[in-house]
Amino acid sequence: MSGERAEKSPRPENQTSVFVKRKRTFTLAFLAVAALFVISALVTDYNVIAGFESIPKAVVWIVKNLVPDERAWSRLPNILAKLAETALLSVAVTVCAAVCAFFFGLLGTRTTKINPWIGRGVRIVASFFRNVPDVVWAILLLFSFGQNILTGFFALFFVTFGLLTRTFIETIDEVSADCVEALQATGATYMQTVFQGIIPSSIAEIISWILYMIETNIRSSTLIGVLTATGIGYLFDLYYKRLDYGSASLVVVSIVVLVIAIELVSNQIRKVIM
Amino acid sequence: MPILEFQKVSKSYDSKSKALTDVSFAVEEGEFVSIIGPSGSGKSTILRCINRLVDATQGAIVFDGQDITRANKKEIRQIRKKTGMIFQHYNLVDRLSVVENVLHGRLGHKSAMAGVVGYYTEQEKEQAFQIIAKLGLTEQAYKRCDELSGGQKQRVGIARSIMQGPRLILCDEPIASLDPNSSKVIMDHLRNINQTMDITCIFNLHQVDVAIKYSKRIIGLTLGRIVYDGPPDQLDKATIYEIYQSNEGELITDVG
Repeated sequence: MSGERAEKSPRPENQTSVFVKRKRTFTLAFLAVAALFVISALVTDYNVIAGFESIPKAVVWIVKNLVPDERAWSRLPNILAKLAETALLSVAVTVCAAVCAFFFGLLGTRTTKINPWIGRGVRIVASFFRNVPDVVWAILLLFSFGQNILTGFFALFFVTFGLLTRTFIETIDEVSADCVEALQATGATYMQTVFQGIIPSSIAEIISWILYMIETNIRSSTLIGVLTATGIGYLFDLYYKRLDYGSASLVVVSIVVLVIAIELVSNQIRKVIM
Repeated sequence: MPILEFQKVSKSYDSKSKALTDVSFAVEEGEFVSIIGPSGSGKSTILRCINRLVDATQGAIVFDGQDITRANKKEIRQIRKKTGMIFQHYNLVDRLSVVENVLHGRLGHKSAMAGVVGYYTEQEKEQAFQIIAKLGLTEQAYKRCDELSGGQKQRVGIARSIMQGPRLILCDEPIASLDPNSSKVIMDHLRNINQTMDITCIFNLHQVDVAIKYSKRIIGLTLGRIVYDGPPDQLDKATIYEIYQSNEGELITDVG
């Protein structure tokens, strides 16, 4: 028996083997990515070797210019004040946007939508707000509000509102479809179902998303501040244009520290509420 | 007068196929009825037509003397108040405690605002704890529902539906996700409720043996039509094969 070849098990006939298919897909994908790389390198005149060679030079420049000096440290109180302003703004924006997004999102979910057309409309509006970049919002709003903290507020508000509406719709559908059915079956009203069923079952995910958006908004508000001449972004822009690279980099470092700190705190909060 | 009557009820979800075709039956107050049939035969649709989670396309459904297919939004809530529902996946708010989930049964009876903020009277809380004790969940009353076992969750589901003070309880596959021990506990509780509180119970069941053992009447459904309606002792093998459209020896109930 041992010398004999084992008999082949039957396999589907007249169909390409799954294994062959997988290999083919993988090879094609690899070739496509390689081709894309070569084409874009040619179009943009990108030289791979020169690119990597310039890294050490960049490091030297960074060390020479971007390490905060005496003068930069003396500006720390000013930087921290602006940083606090930016952080508070982004908390305010995120919370306002989240409340609006939650109730707007209710109209867009499968489980709680009032009618399918409104549901579709809600999702289109949310996508629109989200897919216009915050910088574009800021530039557009500059015309109406000028260089003002409100401009930054609304620019961040629109994007946060759009993004949170989309995610809340998905969260609500995922988490609370079952209990919504049950509460409706007891004769509860729409608002009772929302407050007794949807909010308790999705609040942890919602808070988690709000925390994430606060982090994101602190980062984005830096760039928007450059445009609207407010907050930490303005300070960065000011130092940078004065060629005071040390101070500018202290601004960046302080933002990074703040974002990391908020991330750590958020993770702790998430652990507690989940 | 029957508490519930289906009169030539049809339902189609799309223009091509019908989920229910001319379904007619009547249920007397206090009955314990099981509906059996293969997946997709329309069992869930029947139950959901009764509390208007699904709207029948044709025919009339008379519940407690009222044609519910014509009910407006406010009347639908009144009907739902009188009908409890128990689900295969329990459908509890997992992050809330047992007693809060049980109190949800009162939402239909409360003013809109009191329900929104979750304000319950001392009397309602007392009643909730009483029902919880009856179902043997006192120890778990303050626990979050995601800490419970499947059988315990389903008991919370039953408690919630009793809390409504219903005339009728609809049970949609109540034991389909439970092990045999918990299944027996759940079925015994439901039979007990049916007998002591005189609440009419309508079941969807996959387990033919359970249906035969517990119910006094079985309705067999195939492709949206009723093919059997009678007591369990007259439900012979041939009829079961007809309901499930299969041949002898092909069903799990044939074992043993």
